[in-house]
Amino acid sequence: MNFEEYAAKPLLGAGGITVPEGVVVNSPEAAAVAAEKLGKVVVKAQVPVGKRGKAGGIQLADTPALAAHHARNILGMTIGGLTVGQVLVEQQSDIKHEFYAAVLNDPVSKGPVVMFSTEGGMDIEDIAIATPERLHRAEVDIRRGFNREQAVKLVGALDLDGANSKVADVLSKLYDVYRENDAELLEINPLIITSKGHVVALDCKFVMDDSAVKRHPELAARGTPEVLSGLEAKGDANAVKYIELDGDIAVLANGAGLTMTTMDVVRHYGGKPANFCEIGGEAYTKGKVALEMVLEKPGVKSLVVNFCGAFARCDVMMEGLLSAWEELKPELPVFFSIAGTGDMEAIRLLKERLDMDPYPDMDAASKAAVDAARRAGAGS
Amino acid sequence: MRIVRKHHRVLVQGITGKQGTFWTERMQAYGTRIVGGVNPKKAGSEHCGVPVYASAREAMSADGGFDASILFIPPLGVKEAAMDAIEADAKGICILTEHIPVQDVMYIMAAAKERGTQITGPNTAGSVTVGECFLGFMPAFNERIFKRGSVGVMSRSGSLGTLMCQNIVSAGFGQSAFVGIGGDPVIGTTTRDALEALDHFEGTDAVVIVGEIGGTMEEEAAAYAAGMHKPVFAFIAGGAAPVGKKMGHAGAIVMGDKGTYRSKRTALEQAGVMVLDTPSHVGDALKGALAK
Repeated sequence: MNFEEYAAKPLLGAGGITVPEGVVVNSPEAAAVAAEKLGKVVVKAQVPVGKRGKAGGIQLADTPALAAHHARNILGMTIGGLTVGQVLVEQQSDIKHEFYAAVLNDPVSKGPVVMFSTEGGMDIEDIAIATPERLHRAEVDIRRGFNREQAVKLVGALDLDGANSKVADVLSKLYDVYRENDAELLEINPLIITSKGHVVALDCKFVMDDSAVKRHPELAARGTPEVLSGLEAKGDANAVKYIELDGDIAVLANGAGLTMTTMDVVRHYGGKPANFCEIGGEAYTKGKVALEMVLEKPGVKSLVVNFCGAFARCDVMMEGLLSAWEELKPELPVFFSIAGTGDMEAIRLLKERLDMDPYPDMDAASKAAVDAARRAGAGS
Repeated sequence: MRIVRKHHRVLVQGITGKQGTFWTERMQAYGTRIVGGVNPKKAGSEHCGVPVYASAREAMSADGGFDASILFIPPLGVKEAAMDAIEADAKGICILTEHIPVQDVMYIMAAAKERGTQITGPNTAGSVTVGECFLGFMPAFNERIFKRGSVGVMSRSGSLGTLMCQNIVSAGFGQSAFVGIGGDPVIGTTTRDALEALDHFEGTDAVVIVGEIGGTMEEEAAAYAAGMHKPVFAFIAGGAAPVGKKMGHAGAIVMGDKGTYRSKRTALEQAGVMVLDTPSHVGDALKGALAK
């Protein structure tokens, strides 16, 4: 789950890291009022994507009138496909140096990694390519944490204009904020040194681990919900993973790997999948709602159903799907492939209720669905 | 301990729950040597014909102890249960649960590494030592899917791994062992670890890797595959998936140019691995490689 800057920065503040004073507002008038109080400000678009500055979503304003002007321009702007609904009005900082700091989950070392670079202000991917020698990292034993001494070891030898001790302090605190809030990524970019030698977090990116959201209900309420299409939201509400794609061949399968593969095989035979929809794991009893969703997408021309039972039983999935079929009476052509736990019972149900047989494998079923979509396209 | 054998003594943590009971009975029927279960509230009783202990540590101190533990535990309880098994000095732990907070998983991994416990999962459907025993919720007993043979199979996905196994059997071959490694971003047994275990597993003449987009595990495994003397085949799921979306598995996400289908396919092909366009091609590939 992503958090916008205004929702992430208070976590740093609570953890003892200095952040600029600011308020989040949703109108030019409110931006002016905020600037009255704060003095010279920066007006920042609040969307959880990078490159806001390049898109014109970050502007300096030395007067309240200018703050209102910038807020008017930025509100409603589209950045990275998202519409800006709020701006953060923040006191300007005088920047002497810009650094990069982050803590993230590392699948390779299977633990947290603290990262620091003297090249702040640019994307970490670009830092890693342009100046990898300036990217310093420390692998952390999560049972012991990342204390000040370890942070000093990471940045002690760098030229930080005398702020090494303060930066080390920030890194250790950043780690604690990462840990307390189940972050998968907590990033300060840039972390600045002011001309007076203060260390300030000018921006903050916080991504919470989706599997830990249940542990932080209050904080999660301040997160940015994923942008979902109508059908995706319906899937979300029914605990069925549905992702809308731009093709015309509907896909229904169990298990993430098998569903992705069904999409791949459809594409291999020249078709375009209309969706990812899986009813594996705990969702295997949800054949009915899944069928409703894959059929609801406008323009689908055929459907491939691919079940391979392990934990999920084919007969249970088939039962749900068939009752939805009898209710919805869809007219589009459907092609089945069935294997694994409960396959014989599922095949029997299919014969009894729809008088159909499955194809011998997913390739044959997918290919038939692609051919059917092509014929339907030619006929329309 | 990445491949469990029939002589290994297996503990089931969460044995008394609905799924724990259902799959314990199936594992027993297939040949898995279940020696006990854990449920602190039902300690001292018997379930599925084996004693129920208050903790894994108690089970370890009982007559004979145990080698490996399998967890049927909900997400937020896994850290405590796994730490119990690690502190009991289990040699292996199989974690089936999906949606465990990643920081909990990393905590388990750090402790396991220190104590020398090998973790499989989380978010795996389990593993099958064909004709001997199995762990997890795998259709090991379905003869159209698992048949004793010489192909080792490893998969990040349970359903797709099962499909691959069925394709192998319908092509006239069978498996030595199946290792499900799980669909999470941080897992104990990586693609490389499983490949190495299958490479050394007796009676294995070829290995099939079932991978998917996201992470760099297939690329790391390619480095090992390059030095193997057995034929290796791979199928990578997710070539048609859009960038930046989690495709059902938390680990199956392409970010920028990292974790892409292309990067994995190229790394594997450069290591001499034959990459299959669809899982159905595995039969012909094996016929070409294993025909004497």
